[in-house]
Amino acid sequence: MIRIINLFFIIFFLLSTKAYSLIEIDITRGNLDPLPIAVSPLFQDDDSKRNSINELKIKNVGSEISLVVENNLKISGLFNPLSKEAFLQKPDIAHLKPRFEDWALIKAQALITGKVTIEDKKLKVEFRLWDILAGREMMALAFTTVPSNWRRVGHIISDKVYERLTGEKGYFDTRIIYVSEEGPKTARVKKLAIMDQDGFNTKYLTLGNELVLTPRFNPTSQMVTYLSYFKNLPRVYLLDIETGTQEVVGDFPGMTFAPRFSPDGKKIIMSFAKDGNSDIYTMDLENRIVERITNHPSIDTSPSYSPDNRFITFNSDRSGYQQIYVMKSDGSNVKRISFGKGLYGTPVWSPRGDLIAFTKLHKGKFYIGVMRTDGSGERLLTENYYQEAPSWSPNGRVLIFYRETKSNDKGEGFSAKLWSIDLTGYNERQVQTETDASDPSWSSLLSN
Amino acid sequence: MNFSKSFRNTFLVILLSLIVSACATKKTTTKVEGQMQGDVYTGTDTVKYLADGVPDRVFFATNESILTTKSRDTLRKQANWLRENSSVNVVVEGHADERGTREYNLALGERRANAAKDYLITYGISADRISVISYGKERPVDSGSNPLSWSKNRRSVTVKAN
Repeated sequence: MIRIINLFFIIFFLLSTKAYSLIEIDITRGNLDPLPIAVSPLFQDDDSKRNSINELKIKNVGSEISLVVENNLKISGLFNPLSKEAFLQKPDIAHLKPRFEDWALIKAQALITGKVTIEDKKLKVEFRLWDILAGREMMALAFTTVPSNWRRVGHIISDKVYERLTGEKGYFDTRIIYVSEEGPKTARVKKLAIMDQDGFNTKYLTLGNELVLTPRFNPTSQMVTYLSYFKNLPRVYLLDIETGTQEVVGDFPGMTFAPRFSPDGKKIIMSFAKDGNSDIYTMDLENRIVERITNHPSIDTSPSYSPDNRFITFNSDRSGYQQIYVMKSDGSNVKRISFGKGLYGTPVWSPRGDLIAFTKLHKGKFYIGVMRTDGSGERLLTENYYQEAPSWSPNGRVLIFYRETKSNDKGEGFSAKLWSIDLTGYNERQVQTETDASDPSWSSLLSN
Repeated sequence: MNFSKSFRNTFLVILLSLIVSACATKKTTTKVEGQMQGDVYTGTDTVKYLADGVPDRVFFATNESILTTKSRDTLRKQANWLRENSSVNVVVEGHADERGTREYNLALGERRANAAKDYLITYGISADRISVISYGKERPVDSGSNPLSWSKNRRSVTVKAN
């Protein structure tokens, strides 16, 4: 149905100058001084522009790609893309050899140039990253793909630039799966939706006939597990995004919910509720063997594996109220890790392994925060009327979550939106969605 | 002169705020009076009936699944009615308010629905006539964001299945 892997990228040269460069970005702190960068429109000759109109109905795909890059770099909070009006050099000439003085004059510290051609239904893109202060090329890269992939080309360029300048993998060539919401609060219609990380290319994966909640990607981002109320039986389902095939995986005699994949993609971990008690179970997707992980009369839910598969963090009210616990993945050695004031929920292990993100409820306010995996070093990143369900960017630097607004006594004024925030607590932004949205889950990097 | 003027102004401000706060207190108490006990809803605004005099729902305190005296009374009426109408099966729907994380609320709704189901079983209704479903916070009856609205949404509702 939806083809994620409809691209063939051929990287045909890679000349990364590993030499000493003057610019680098420290992303471990809040960046209040983003790096000034000039993103020159990718040059496209007239023949190619004609092909661009024929193939894509876009006049100048080169400048469109540069806008994708510019927007990505800007929303990362680490870069300050400069206004193109100030650029003194033409794109084609800059791409051959920039006049570094001209770019230094407008205070650019880095420059991205490039060239696009469309020929024989193929899109060829090359780009270069320049260090203005050192006056040298930092990276040069080229790809060939199908023209309809042009936005992904922009995301991949963004990831390469981010990685070269921060030393960490980017998160731009990724997608978000979420629940699209419409209608009044008392009769909300919910659909699974998927979009590029920057809010483009939204596709709806279900029709809204049944309630769907909490979609989560598998490690390759080709499968999604979620909760569906199909035929009014709340069960965990598995959806193959490429083929559209859906199957129930948690068909136990009761409700199954709160599903997530194990980091190796082999199991689904979920809650199973029966007779007023929710416990955590896993199902092996290959042999369908079900294992019970917790056995306690309290509510045990929202399980999430550590990236090495060895531990599970989860939410339990066995102490009387919702708190966060960690146990070995066989269910042994259960330890409570949240001890601050308030209630804690939705723990989710960072892909880097060192932190657990959570939702906290205290004195009528909701917080998104992080703590180390032993519960120490709790840091609250954002406070609001209602927000929950953080999901990590694949590089573990950004969290996406959803936020709801308060309604008045008539129920008016309600909205649900996706937001993102850096691990530093800075750079909080609303993520654009076509409709109201909740339960976001961030994919892995689609290309490496 | 200046002093006495500012003193008078301060006095006026204090007096005004006292009046305003008195009004506010009065307003909320009259509004909630007879509709909530603790934070459990006791009104009848949203209640429907399985039959004459048999309310379809019971209400819970925040994060709780304990049945109040009034809830047990309602459920006994439901049990009596179900005993007289032995061909009717029911679904008990469990719900939570919007002030909790989605997954925990799904579990909490299930716990509430089962608390009601267990009570019906105690009063002689066969377990196979009662199924449960939790909607967590997905199906509020009152869309307001205030304590009274939330109290109406923390509920279990017994509906006819056939």
